[in-house]
Amino acid sequence: MDFAFVVTSLLKIVGILVVILTMVSYAVYAERRVSAFIQDRLGPNRVGPAGLFQPIADMFKLLLKEDFTPRSANTFYYWLAPCLAVMPAIITIAVVPFGSTLFGVPMVIADVNVGILFVFAIASLGVYGIVIGGWASNSKYPFLGGIRSSAQMLSYELSLGLAVIPVFLLVGNLRLTSVVRYQIEHGWFIAPFVGDWTNPWKWLLAIPMIISFLVFMIAIFAETNRLPFDLPEAEQELAGGYNIEYSSMKFALYFLGEYAAMITGSAVIVTLFLGGWHFPGIPDGSHGWIFGLINIAVFFAKVAALIFIFMWVRWTLPRFRYDQLMRLGWLFFFEIALVNIFLVAAILPYTSRL
Amino acid sequence: MAITVPRPKLNWRERSYLPAIVAGLAITFKHFKNMLLGRTKVTMQYPEQKWDSSLPDHYRGAPALVQDEDGRVRCVACQLCEFICPPRAIKIIPGEIPSADRFAKVEKYPEAFDIDMIRCIFCGMCEEVCPEQAIFLRKDYAITGFTRADMVHHKEKLLEIGGVMHGVVLKWNEKK
Repeated sequence: MDFAFVVTSLLKIVGILVVILTMVSYAVYAERRVSAFIQDRLGPNRVGPAGLFQPIADMFKLLLKEDFTPRSANTFYYWLAPCLAVMPAIITIAVVPFGSTLFGVPMVIADVNVGILFVFAIASLGVYGIVIGGWASNSKYPFLGGIRSSAQMLSYELSLGLAVIPVFLLVGNLRLTSVVRYQIEHGWFIAPFVGDWTNPWKWLLAIPMIISFLVFMIAIFAETNRLPFDLPEAEQELAGGYNIEYSSMKFALYFLGEYAAMITGSAVIVTLFLGGWHFPGIPDGSHGWIFGLINIAVFFAKVAALIFIFMWVRWTLPRFRYDQLMRLGWLFFFEIALVNIFLVAAILPYTSRL
Repeated sequence: MAITVPRPKLNWRERSYLPAIVAGLAITFKHFKNMLLGRTKVTMQYPEQKWDSSLPDHYRGAPALVQDEDGRVRCVACQLCEFICPPRAIKIIPGEIPSADRFAKVEKYPEAFDIDMIRCIFCGMCEEVCPEQAIFLRKDYAITGFTRADMVHHKEKLLEIGGVMHGVVLKWNEKK
């Protein structure tokens, strides 16, 4: 293992960690502002210009709060759970290519050949943070939240996995960098006809790909506990769900985990369906470092746009009932994703005929 | 008797909920956009914007004492306001004006005049009852302090809010 690889990898890890944590704190701020704007309010606008220092104030507030551990809680798991909620969300970003190249260095921390499997394996661990937290608190509402979370995860993990299979039917391997490269050559997966406009089969392919995109997006909503599916923390029914007994920095870690999961979820969606760091007309990093930076900026702009959609949906739709959520997952999205795979497989042989 | 609420029969378009979801998203986005473009009316940003200029004439704010043109406190320490005050916020210690003084015929002046602004209910009875037109409710409403003692307005503070009143006492003329 040569020295340059270690140094660049460490730099990338530090860089992406700083970017993700900053994005998390500003996602919280953005959430509050977006929700306020949607509800005809102003939101936090006092700390600094337009309230931009609000996340810093929030951080100090949460750090200085009393860190209280309930007497009846199972201390070891009680302390472990918030860490388990944050870690998977941040680790997942390691395999996602967030840029082309910068000074010849590929902008992905670990370009493993099981990319998407790694994402699913690690992202599913996020549910343990919630389940263990709900159980270790030794209190009824967190417990209900934890149970709901595990049931919800079971219902949506399946459609999540099935929805990406069409992508890998097209690409042919599981490496996320090759997914991006395929999309640069053949058009983004939500618009596979780009560059091959006259091929009717490519236009036909767009239909199942868009369905696949929507199912995957909805499953990510469920996976990250965002609003139409935020049953584990249903404020009105469970008074906050799994995180009731948590205070101070441990509560902040849960918060951090939720938003980090949202960001990595958006990053995965961008990579799989929206062309990753590619934008039509912008060359990759081999044409100069400035383009490398622009590619990274394009990627994070796409992620930010998706996060806005996450928030927009959160402040529009009401929460599903428990049984509706299960029915939707098992009887609807699962079937759609399954049929979708066959559709893509049926169309696929004809697309490359020309 | 139980009443069965009839459930509307939904057609397949309504049952898919997609049109409703899209309509909902459009509504929230419209609100977001209008807010972003500054078309939405929002609440007044209080410390920066104040409603002082649009206060009505009859607004009842903090009570205050007034002086006349000669710099004499118009209050003659009759204590009517102290007796009428429903929450008993006013405390007056009367003092005697020495006979050599220019205003000796007035006989009394308030040595101390305290209004506890924690107790004051801004009812305006003190103003109504005052025979000398010495106490008025002004338009000050942001009365703050760090301690209970801070919230008591002493005579100096009351005179500072009140300022100088010109002319003679005319209160009862229109009632004659």
